[in-house]
Amino acid sequence: MHPAPSVIVFTVLSGLGFGFLAFLALGQPAVAGATAFLVWGAGYGLAVAGLLASTFHLGNPQRALLAFTQWRTSWLSREAWASVAALLTLAPVALADIFGWPLRWVFAIPGAALAVLTVLCTAMIYSQIRAVPRWHHWTTPAVFAGFAATGGAILACQPLAPALAVALSFLLWTAYRLGDAQFARAGQTLGTATGLAGQIAVFEWPHTGDTWLLREMIHTVGRRHADRLRVVAILGAGLVPAAILLVLPGITATALAAAVHLLGALAARWLFFAEAEHVVGLYYGRR
Amino acid sequence: MTALPETTAKSLGLVIDLDTCVGCHACVTACKGWNDQGYGVPLSDADPYGDASGVFLNRVHSYQVATPDAAPQIVNFPRSCLHCADAPCVTVCPTGASYKRAEDGIVLVNEDACIGCGLCAWACPYGAREMDPAAGVMKKCTLCVDRIYNTELPEEDREPACVRTCPTGARHFGDLADPDSDVSRLVAARGGVDLMPGMGTRPVNKYLPPRKKGAVAAAPLAPFLDVPATGVAGFLDRLLRRL
Repeated sequence: MHPAPSVIVFTVLSGLGFGFLAFLALGQPAVAGATAFLVWGAGYGLAVAGLLASTFHLGNPQRALLAFTQWRTSWLSREAWASVAALLTLAPVALADIFGWPLRWVFAIPGAALAVLTVLCTAMIYSQIRAVPRWHHWTTPAVFAGFAATGGAILACQPLAPALAVALSFLLWTAYRLGDAQFARAGQTLGTATGLAGQIAVFEWPHTGDTWLLREMIHTVGRRHADRLRVVAILGAGLVPAAILLVLPGITATALAAAVHLLGALAARWLFFAEAEHVVGLYYGRR
Repeated sequence: MTALPETTAKSLGLVIDLDTCVGCHACVTACKGWNDQGYGVPLSDADPYGDASGVFLNRVHSYQVATPDAAPQIVNFPRSCLHCADAPCVTVCPTGASYKRAEDGIVLVNEDACIGCGLCAWACPYGAREMDPAAGVMKKCTLCVDRIYNTELPEEDREPACVRTCPTGARHFGDLADPDSDVSRLVAARGGVDLMPGMGTRPVNKYLPPRKKGAVAAAPLAPFLDVPATGVAGFLDRLLRRL
């Protein structure tokens, strides 16, 4: 699949933002006054920047509000609702922290739950797609949730962060290992795609020029460095930030670990798209 | 609404005969010709006299097929929307632009509600949907919904453009929910198949596999191909074999 920058930025930043917001809602860490304004602002900034980035790959973004209508069937629509509901529910919590207003506890747990739900809805947009066997697997929501938990914990200076980071690296490694076998497990071949029996080979493509289908779904460029990028993703997303947090002190460690984690997250998400093979590629003898 | 209808009164669709298709691409041209000026925005072409990348609702692939008991052959394979009963492209749509009609089962896109997110095209295993880069909306086969019910057209023209134009009669249009329709009987007689049944889409369109052609008869000149060399040539032949 085509690794569109807008979608990579959207999933990485909104995942990180909602993870961070969930920790803040749970009072981990407890913040007040100007500090609260800054950290809540950062959380909202990440989440909203991610959601805005998602509109850049739309053909007709002016109709984006229509995406709220089909929540009964569409995970993309559910994600739109969950994200807006999370941002609205968390607002009283943020204001309570900043201005010392009451009733913080009423909105804190539902807000955190909605933030987690948003991340899971984002993951389900991809995980629901059967035609991309690598995505159609439990590891997709697990990895998305893992990134939100780890990124949020690092930004929220949680003592749990190094453990979550190591767990995320292990999860990524598992997702790569299982993911490589998914296409074969889906059982689709040129034979099932065409209904033909015997030895089948592609003789001629339907067109001489490029098509949207090839660019979008049969995107095979850039996989040359996939193995090296997997190492970058596994080290950057979890292991290196965990080591930084354990060795270096205080805010320096948080800043450095967050930067390295973000780099690892971008590499992992780029691979998530670039390595995903769509079954339509079978018709072209390419994946 | 992007919920799929429980049942459809009819299941209109195509039956494509892979035995008869000669791969002339007339259906591709007729489809583009009709749909350039029919339902929705025209099918845009980028750089038509250069790289020639354009939007088409129908594409014809060619495959070489070898079976142990028959001569190898080329099979031409038209690929377009299969108007699936369980169309995954419909349920993923966040705006309700993508829908399946309860009355005849045709899967359509309401272009006025399409935000061009591309998720429906990702969900389709068959690559039946293509984004129009000029208009930013999703295009797909409409089963020529603006022909088949069009009383302004002569009756023989009230079928999809690809079916109407096919010079070999490899494409058939009809109601596949009716077991007595011509298309249903054709599918039963020829053993029509679903594409990628494992994807759980329950396609309406059916493909008729090529007929069995039987074993290859030995070529009449085959016995003369292995000419034994004699004399000087025979000597050289034996000598060269030993080198």
